[in-house]
Amino acid sequence: MEEVDVEPTTTPIPGFDSNQKHLGFVWGPGDILVYETIYKASGGSAGGCPFVHEVRKDEDIYSPILRKLFNESHHIFVGLQRIREDMPSKNKKPQFVSISKNYRSVIRACMEELQQVAVSTQDAALATQYGSQVSILLAVELIWNLCEVLFIDAAPAGSLVLHLLDWVRLHKADVDEKAREVLASESPAEHQAYWDVVISYVLQGRMDEARQVLVKQAALQPAARAMFKLLDNLLMKMPIFNPGETQTLTEFDVKWRHWREEVDRCLQDQSFASNPHLEDICKILVGDEDVLLEHKELLSTWYHFLVTRLLFSHPTVKPTELHYYAQSSMHMFLDTRSVPEPLDSILLAAFEFDIHQVIKDCSIALNNWWFVGHLTDLLDHCKLLQSHNLHFGSNLREFLLLEYASGLFTHHSLWQLAVDYFDHCPEFGRVYLELQIERVPLDTERKALKVIRICEQRQMTEQVRSICKIMAKKALRNNRLGSALSWSIRAKDAAFATLISERFLQDYCANGTFSDLDLIDNLGPAMLLSDRLTFLGKYREFHRLYGEKRFLDAAKLLLSLMTAKIAPRSFWMTLLTDALPLLEQIEVIFSADQTHELMFCLEELTSEKSVPNPDRPMQDEDIETTKIELLRLALARNLAMAIVKEGTVEV
Amino acid sequence: MEGINAKYVSKKISKTRWRPVSSSSLQQPDIFATGSWDNEDNSISIWSIGENGVSIMDDEFEGDPQLVCEYKHNGDVLDLQFLDQDRIVTASSTGAVTIFQHHHNSQTLSVSQLWDRAHHYPCDNAPCTGVVCNSPEIVTVGEDGRIMLFRADQEGVLRTIEKADSSAIHAVTFLRTTEILTVNSIGQLKLWDFRQPGNEPSQILSLTGDRVPLHCVDRHPNQQHIVATGGQDGMLCIWDVRQGNMPFSLMEAHSAEMWEVHFHPSNPDHLFSCSEDGSLLHWETSSNSDTPSFLKGGRNTSIISRSAIAPAGGNQSLINAWLTGDSSKGHLETTHMLPSQMLSVNSLDVLGQCLVCGTDGEAIYVNRHVPI
Repeated sequence: MEEVDVEPTTTPIPGFDSNQKHLGFVWGPGDILVYETIYKASGGSAGGCPFVHEVRKDEDIYSPILRKLFNESHHIFVGLQRIREDMPSKNKKPQFVSISKNYRSVIRACMEELQQVAVSTQDAALATQYGSQVSILLAVELIWNLCEVLFIDAAPAGSLVLHLLDWVRLHKADVDEKAREVLASESPAEHQAYWDVVISYVLQGRMDEARQVLVKQAALQPAARAMFKLLDNLLMKMPIFNPGETQTLTEFDVKWRHWREEVDRCLQDQSFASNPHLEDICKILVGDEDVLLEHKELLSTWYHFLVTRLLFSHPTVKPTELHYYAQSSMHMFLDTRSVPEPLDSILLAAFEFDIHQVIKDCSIALNNWWFVGHLTDLLDHCKLLQSHNLHFGSNLREFLLLEYASGLFTHHSLWQLAVDYFDHCPEFGRVYLELQIERVPLDTERKALKVIRICEQRQMTEQVRSICKIMAKKALRNNRLGSALSWSIRAKDAAFATLISERFLQDYCANGTFSDLDLIDNLGPAMLLSDRLTFLGKYREFHRLYGEKRFLDAAKLLLSLMTAKIAPRSFWMTLLTDALPLLEQIEVIFSADQTHELMFCLEELTSEKSVPNPDRPMQDEDIETTKIELLRLALARNLAMAIVKEGTVEV
Repeated sequence: MEGINAKYVSKKISKTRWRPVSSSSLQQPDIFATGSWDNEDNSISIWSIGENGVSIMDDEFEGDPQLVCEYKHNGDVLDLQFLDQDRIVTASSTGAVTIFQHHHNSQTLSVSQLWDRAHHYPCDNAPCTGVVCNSPEIVTVGEDGRIMLFRADQEGVLRTIEKADSSAIHAVTFLRTTEILTVNSIGQLKLWDFRQPGNEPSQILSLTGDRVPLHCVDRHPNQQHIVATGGQDGMLCIWDVRQGNMPFSLMEAHSAEMWEVHFHPSNPDHLFSCSEDGSLLHWETSSNSDTPSFLKGGRNTSIISRSAIAPAGGNQSLINAWLTGDSSKGHLETTHMLPSQMLSVNSLDVLGQCLVCGTDGEAIYVNRHVPI
């Protein structure tokens, strides 16, 4: 067995003492069912707790605010899958970047809403829960943003530092707040946080804002005007790489070195010796790492330190060199004694362009597959993942999506989203879907219709049939024959339709009338689904024709029911009994040939019943023989009259 | 399609309805109610969009619907109607019919009346699938094939039509004050007259050919004999209940079940339908005008219209535009109103210039500038 990467967490089960009893468990798709067995730890057995506990790892899908994340990202995911494959890749990159930004804005929206609720809630436990969810989402967005900059946008040297600067600025919003506070005060230059603001701006490469704030100080010290003007000049002249211009990287490098030498000269000349703050700023501009490290609280994270360092020492850094600086920055910034947090190692892996390590670490750190699933899918579309064959046969993207979607399927409501995810897993998606969709609980017809529609759209006929059968059986149990029939028609289930027709016929035999006439009268072409159903429809038609006194048509129909073998043998007696009134009419309805056929049917029927059944009571036997005798008499009489009528010649 | 934004609400929406505005005021509706389904805890919620009287300079950033109040509902909300300005009737999948009261001053909801197990099987619960009201009378239909008549503020049942249908009844609408029309899962429309005693419908209409289950029905607001239905195959049928038992025209509308169809209440040349395939269509017929309606934006779909029988006699000018059937004579335009790739649109409601719809993607869409 492989080694575990992290120590697994233990979850205590309430009311269970692990020293006393053994615990039994069974895996579910997203959770574990746990129960107390009767086995004691030290032999013997005893009665125990009758509860079954459900242990869930992922609480997030049940949080109402986080649910919006799942829904909105599903929409984006489906849109991503539909991007046409045949487009040239240079057109696709901006699309992928915008999709990545969409995902991130969804995360941010969720985060803001959670933050609002965390602040306004009274319940302390809830507030901490929301707070931790917010910090997880913050970390997730940070990682995603970095992946977007490094992998999807894949900025080359030069723009790389600029993008990383944007990334850091986005995740360090407190600078603006502090600046607002300082500038709003009566005397900004004397505010205690004044220099912090200036230096923070410089550290983030926001020279214009730094200059604006510095002006306040310059106004207060007219004597040192020359010094301030010098610094202002240096800040203004700092070259920023502009990827749109025709300036090449080497040109920019030359310009930048030139500027840096100028700053260095100012330092050597002791131009800022009288004002330690200004000297600090100058040293930062030169990229002095010790001075940078002095401002640890302002930097607050090692990656901010990394980016600032790059900005002032190596602005033309290439993506491949990034990891070296990242590692050294982290070592310099963090205490050597402290253990790196999971977030730090994930970011480090990203700087090393080790996508698989990033995904692996995120999978361990987070408690559901949402983030890794969607990120991997996006990276796969950018063709950044090498096909990495896992032991289970599918590739990494498909594996993660399958895990994510299976987790969704356990949710009573979000299962509908999971269907689309399975659709886009080419190897195993269909099999997973087939297994899961049959287990969705069906409380109402409407839900069953939706599930059936999903199956029909994917040609899963077996599942359609089984679901229709479940609904039909439910309807049958409640004596809703019409509903049951419409379900079996939908499934094209001939066997079930036969069963339902039998019920109708039994009802008729028992009650003498048909129930649910509106259904049988209006079967239409559905009648042809099963023989029994056809018989039912035709039999009802016979009754209708009889009621309308169209005796000739009725007689013809009745005969055809028997001769064409549509009627089941068990029903023939009833049919012949129905023929009696027609035979007894004054007018001759059955022709001689027809009467012969009827007699033939009767003979067939009676020859089978030649052996008397000892179980049947004597009265039934008597009734049967009386009926047969009556029939024989009527048939004979009819035959006589028919022969006479047909033989008569009008003179 | 511009100016329509999604509001994600963390529950699948099964029904949305505008609160009726009084006919004297020319205001646009600003409050709507939604019912959820397929959730562990279902609820009905009341939402408000924007404040009336505040002019919105920038038309694109419409006010998001804000939740006013919410109340727990037992079972899926299978139908929802406003009884009057303060009361909402819901049909539940547990078979119960509930009246909720909206208290304006405290902005809360409470249960004002409950008929539990109004629809039931001998041993199980039967979902109540449709409710329609004509204050104070309420008519409900369910999967058990019963039609029930209630009166608000009266405890008991006014009338029950047992065994009205051998299959599930899916929707109901008032034809006149004493007549209702129901559609069922074997594709039949049945007319019921409450003045007649007994349990037989006064008329049954159905399509010849395949018996496709019908899911929704709506009556033309001005002409009571014209009715539109939608069914499992996504076809829109227009019927004339006076004539014969066949639909007047059939139009292919959607590729999956059509869940709701609505005539616009004040401008009945417009019809809206929504479907399981995630689309919401706006149908517009203009029989007289020559100006082509393709000047209004949106995507057009080509529709195939099959007219059944020609209207028997009658003045051509009196014949409703919907009944001309033949699309070359009249003019029938359809536009998609929602972005594509959506999960099922379960419900829609339109009043004035405002349209609201709810989807299985747990989102509500509000459009305040429907081109009418």
